[in-house]
Amino acid sequence: MSLVADPVRVASGPRRRHRRGGRVLGWAVLLVAALYFLVPVAASVEFSLRGKGDTHDLSTWSALFEQPGFAENMPTSLELAVGTVLITLLLMVPTTAWVHLRLPRLRRLVESICVLPLVIPAVVLANGVLVAFKGFPNWITGTPVILALEYVVLALPFTFRTLDSGLAAIPLTTLVEAARNLGASWPHVLLRVVVPNLRTAILNAAILSAAMVLGEFTIANLLLLNTLPVWTVQAGQQDAQVATAASMLILLVSWALLMLMSVFGQRGARRTRRSR
Amino acid sequence: MRRRLDLLGLLPFLAYVLVFLGVPAVAVAVGAFQTDTGNWTLANLTAAVGDPYLNAFVVSIETSALTAVIGAVVGLAIAFAVSASPAGGVLRQVVSTASGVLAYFAGVPLAFAFIATVGSQGIVTKWLVSLGVDMSGFSLFGFLGITLVYVYFQVPLMVLVIFPALEGLRPQWQEAAANLGATRWQYWRTVGGPLLLPPFLGALMLLFANAFAAYATAAALTNGVIPLVPIQIASLMSGNVAVGQENLGNALGLGMILIVGLALAGYALMQRRTARWLR
Repeated sequence: MSLVADPVRVASGPRRRHRRGGRVLGWAVLLVAALYFLVPVAASVEFSLRGKGDTHDLSTWSALFEQPGFAENMPTSLELAVGTVLITLLLMVPTTAWVHLRLPRLRRLVESICVLPLVIPAVVLANGVLVAFKGFPNWITGTPVILALEYVVLALPFTFRTLDSGLAAIPLTTLVEAARNLGASWPHVLLRVVVPNLRTAILNAAILSAAMVLGEFTIANLLLLNTLPVWTVQAGQQDAQVATAASMLILLVSWALLMLMSVFGQRGARRTRRSR
Repeated sequence: MRRRLDLLGLLPFLAYVLVFLGVPAVAVAVGAFQTDTGNWTLANLTAAVGDPYLNAFVVSIETSALTAVIGAVVGLAIAFAVSASPAGGVLRQVVSTASGVLAYFAGVPLAFAFIATVGSQGIVTKWLVSLGVDMSGFSLFGFLGITLVYVYFQVPLMVLVIFPALEGLRPQWQEAAANLGATRWQYWRTVGGPLLLPPFLGALMLLFANAFAAYATAAALTNGVIPLVPIQIASLMSGNVAVGQENLGNALGLGMILIVGLALAGYALMQRRTARWLR
């Protein structure tokens, strides 16, 4: 009976009410989600600002910068980020460009190799490093050098994807052939033709790797190497407030980097649009 | 000939991945089948699926499955709510940026954020206690606490993964269904639902793998109290080993690789199905 009811009524009456109900439900979901995601951030800020009694001040933050562990490990983590980014770019920019240029049929294979690190949990990778490189010289396995080398591997899934989509967006073959016809050598082509055209993708890959390195705890902790996150957890066993302040700092730096990425991304997009 | 020379260009990359990923992975896999004197054995694997390590696998799988389901359902609801808003609107921009940024909010900072929120001195705990709620039954360091914290990084990942599929459902399909007399419910039951099912299941498996492999958050939060597999491996690595069990960590690691590998293979399979209709 209701199946043959007036189509106008069916289309406008109950359904519109249903939609409005859906929208209210939608906003309710978003509101609860926003609370769940914002409260811990706000709570961290509040917690790191707590002073004696019921006051709030900057004492935890000034104490943080005076901690000897902080002063030692902050530079280590920054150096690790820089080292990882450099190795990543040196390895992956030529490789992805070469694959696009000369081995397009192997793109799928290289892509699958690059997502392999996702299959091997960081704990297992750390265990493997410990087992496999037992006899290696101490300057590799006993220092953050091994961390930078392994972080490059951990970053592969997103460095490949970022550089790959950057390369797909430019007429690489035409550019490289033009440069080669004009007598440019391969290193020259790479540095003066490929890299400038790929700068947004390179910047994104660098930022994503750096943000990952700054927060990485698992491998560093299990290889008994000190970095900022490792120190933060150790400090947290004595003073949760200092540790919370340190984590906020790690978080703020990575978020600032990611924001930088989206700003540069938008500016790049605007430039492309204008030049078209 | 030239093709063969071209392949040489891949050599540095392949060598790097082989040394820094392949060799450690193989070392784990081989070590799982060896005694500490290098003889072949199945004892490590038997120990890994026996007491108490079997329980670690059970707890890990339970935690990962529960947080994957919660994360997937909540993430889908958020994605739905956002996809109902106008294209190019502020809400979309905010949610997509927030998801991208919050997906990075995991590990050590996340653990301390929750300690500051619902830890014993946390602001929410203090507030609830002042309202007269009894918080003594709740521990951030137990199963419930871990679930609460893991959901925090599962939801943004779900939004990032499922949103393209939701956006890919063309309004024309719904209009076509409506023109043929389908109700909204019928559309979702016979068109939208079946289309979204593969990406949803795929995302569910990705989230499962994500939680199963996670170590930093649990380690920073619980100091190794909760018996998850990664925590067990870490404690075996740091020397809490009985004699003759040096390779037990490798056996547990092999188990993790298998489970994560299976889940991610399922994710890849479902993604391929989705790619058929998603541009």
